[in-house]
Amino acid sequence: MENQGTILALLTALIPWPPFIAFGLISLFANRWKRLSHTLAIGSVAISFVLSQVVFWSALRIEHLGEHPIAARIPWLPVGARPLEFGVLVDPLGAVMLFMVPLVSLMIFIYSVGYMAGDPHYSRFFALLSLFEAAMLLLVVADNLLMLFIGWEVMGFCSYALIGFWYRKPSAYRAAVKAFMTTRVGDVLMLLGIAYLYAQTGTLNFHDILRNPETLKTLAETPSYVAGLSVAALASLLLFAGTVGKSAQFPLHVWLPDAMEGPTPVSAMIHAATMVSAGVYTTIRMFPLLQAGQHGLGGETAFWVVALIGAFTAFMAATMGVAQNDIKRVLAYSTISQLGYMLAAVGIGAYVAAAFHLITHAFFKALLFLGSGSVIHAMEHGHHHAGHGHGHEEPFDPNDMLQMGGLARRMPVTFWTFLAGGLALAGFPLITAGFWSKDEILGEAFHGAFEKGELLPLLVFLLLAAAAVLTGFYTMRQIALTFLGEPRSPAAAHAAESPASMTMPLIILALFAVLGGYVGVPEGFPVLGALFGRNWFHEFVGGTLLEHPKAPPFNAVPVVLSSLIALSGLALGGLVYARRPLAAGEPDPLVRLGPVHTFLRNRWYIDDLYHHVFVRPTLWLAERAVAFFVDRVVIDGFLHGVADAVWSMGGALRLFDRVVVNGIGDGIGEAVKAAGRELRALQTGLVQNYLLVVVLGVLGFIVLYTVAPMLRGF
Amino acid sequence: MIPLTWYLLVAAALFCIGVYGVLARRNAIAILMAIELMLNAVNLSLVSFWRYLHPDRMVGQAFALFVLVVAAAEAAAGLALIISIYRNRETVDVENIDLLRG
Repeated sequence: MENQGTILALLTALIPWPPFIAFGLISLFANRWKRLSHTLAIGSVAISFVLSQVVFWSALRIEHLGEHPIAARIPWLPVGARPLEFGVLVDPLGAVMLFMVPLVSLMIFIYSVGYMAGDPHYSRFFALLSLFEAAMLLLVVADNLLMLFIGWEVMGFCSYALIGFWYRKPSAYRAAVKAFMTTRVGDVLMLLGIAYLYAQTGTLNFHDILRNPETLKTLAETPSYVAGLSVAALASLLLFAGTVGKSAQFPLHVWLPDAMEGPTPVSAMIHAATMVSAGVYTTIRMFPLLQAGQHGLGGETAFWVVALIGAFTAFMAATMGVAQNDIKRVLAYSTISQLGYMLAAVGIGAYVAAAFHLITHAFFKALLFLGSGSVIHAMEHGHHHAGHGHGHEEPFDPNDMLQMGGLARRMPVTFWTFLAGGLALAGFPLITAGFWSKDEILGEAFHGAFEKGELLPLLVFLLLAAAAVLTGFYTMRQIALTFLGEPRSPAAAHAAESPASMTMPLIILALFAVLGGYVGVPEGFPVLGALFGRNWFHEFVGGTLLEHPKAPPFNAVPVVLSSLIALSGLALGGLVYARRPLAAGEPDPLVRLGPVHTFLRNRWYIDDLYHHVFVRPTLWLAERAVAFFVDRVVIDGFLHGVADAVWSMGGALRLFDRVVVNGIGDGIGEAVKAAGRELRALQTGLVQNYLLVVVLGVLGFIVLYTVAPMLRGF
Repeated sequence: MIPLTWYLLVAAALFCIGVYGVLARRNAIAILMAIELMLNAVNLSLVSFWRYLHPDRMVGQAFALFVLVVAAAEAAAGLALIISIYRNRETVDVENIDLLRG
């Protein structure tokens, strides 16, 4: 048993490696061969997929997985008293992520082969996608916040590189920079949170912090001296800031719609399986910390922040999504909105519901993105077929839903799978996965609001219900504009179904989008509850927590209510768009809403606000203040000052050198030379002169020794 | 008997003439001859001192003979040098022989 656990931990540790190795191989060796590139990428993800499946199904068989997770760790970096550790952890939450992430990614990789065919940078695409996948898998199997953060940041880089994949398009590289800069705001705060937590507890291991009641209690009771919060609350809020950036929540949501500039499989990858899920996953993962803060200092502040940001984002993004005409942008806003749902669920303590929605959403959102990619692909080819693309006509946007229409007949597989995804997104009752997960969130909010009478769940419930109506509306609008009615452009009229490498993943994902919800049917649900027995997902994932969360007692009211909400949204959308499909050139009926439509279409002017409040002052500061004052005056001034000082010091030294050092050296030489010049006159070369001196000398001595004593004697 | 002093005065005069000749003559041969004069002045005083002071000892004569031998060798070497200089420079005027001038 022990032995088996070790083997499983080893297998888990291997999961992130194949895509990482594939990344290296593709970038180094395979970047000329397209077929080899995608074979390596898909093969590596397939290996990871198989490994994850083995780990997942083995994990299911372990009793009390939450208490005895598959885990192993090794010391990695010795700092301070305790080394930072690397390790893997598969608890129930990790296990379901391990099931979902590689599966969805594999579908996206296979799909990319069809979608990216013919792109000149095909290999770069697969290399980056593999690295992205490796980072996500690292994040999922990580057993500590540091490893999680490493995966997190690598993904941040990959998303930057992939959003700006078509870097020759100015909008693409701007979007890439925007995404990177915006998420950076959250990431910095998150890193602060990680450092803070490490400073307080001395460990970053999930199991050590989150399943240790004493640590949690200490953290909850220690004041952080910031806004009256406990350490637990402050740390979870800082970590949550990372999620706000990564999962594109208000106020850092602006990057995600622009991220649609990347290739569609990237959108699916970022917005379904990986990056945005990573944000929510982290918040769900750190839920016990948030919960611990509840009973400590500062009370429920952290919960309020998380829930309100989530619920408000869910509502706001849904309203923005209503007025978009770009097929991918609608999905982007729906993603932001659905992520808001999950965080709102975390904020009201509906831990399992949040995880459930995370999983189902990943399936149907990947499906929707890939479906929209299929549509865009078809529109581009249709445009080509219709004899365009030779200049002389107005610019053609394959993403514009007003140019589409009538694609249901031309692309049946895409249509039916997209329909399944759309209904799951809207939460169509009973037969879609989205219904079950969304219903669980609304049910928990309803339970808190009306049966316990708390204020926060009531607010959350109202905002989420409004968002749900809007979700139904824009989903129907999207489906109707894209697939129903008559083609509104030659491109749409000439569109054709995408190749099998693209439709097969759609079908597989559609199955999950429809059936995936049945793992979490509430026990008390009429007929179906009895059919499926206990609520498997709740039982399983709930085990991650120290204290098994209780599912609220089954109540028919919220179920009926959420069904009605979803149906009313869909019906409203159908009423406006499907009953009488739009003709070519006809404006969107929503335009009649006037200023409201303009407001929504311009995304509440938040982007413009940021542009004026942050971007332009920053640019101004950069150009005027930093470039001119700091760079030219301070830095250049300092450098020139140093240069001048050194220059004059050099001058002084040169003077010293010339006058003193050279003076002495030359002086000695010159003196000897001058002496020689004077003395050479003595050496006449005439022997008689010398002899004369000798004679005079002798005479001198004679005088000295004979005459002088005689003179002295007188 | 003629006193010693006279001999010594003659020798000193001879020596001074020799010195003058060495210092003042321009002809190298003449200089050699002046040197001979100086040597013989010394010989004269040596012999005089022997005859007047120590007639029983042969030291003065022996020295005089030595000087004669050395003078002969000197004359031979000096003449050879002068001939050699003459062959090279076609002059024996010492005013013109100043190759070692600084």
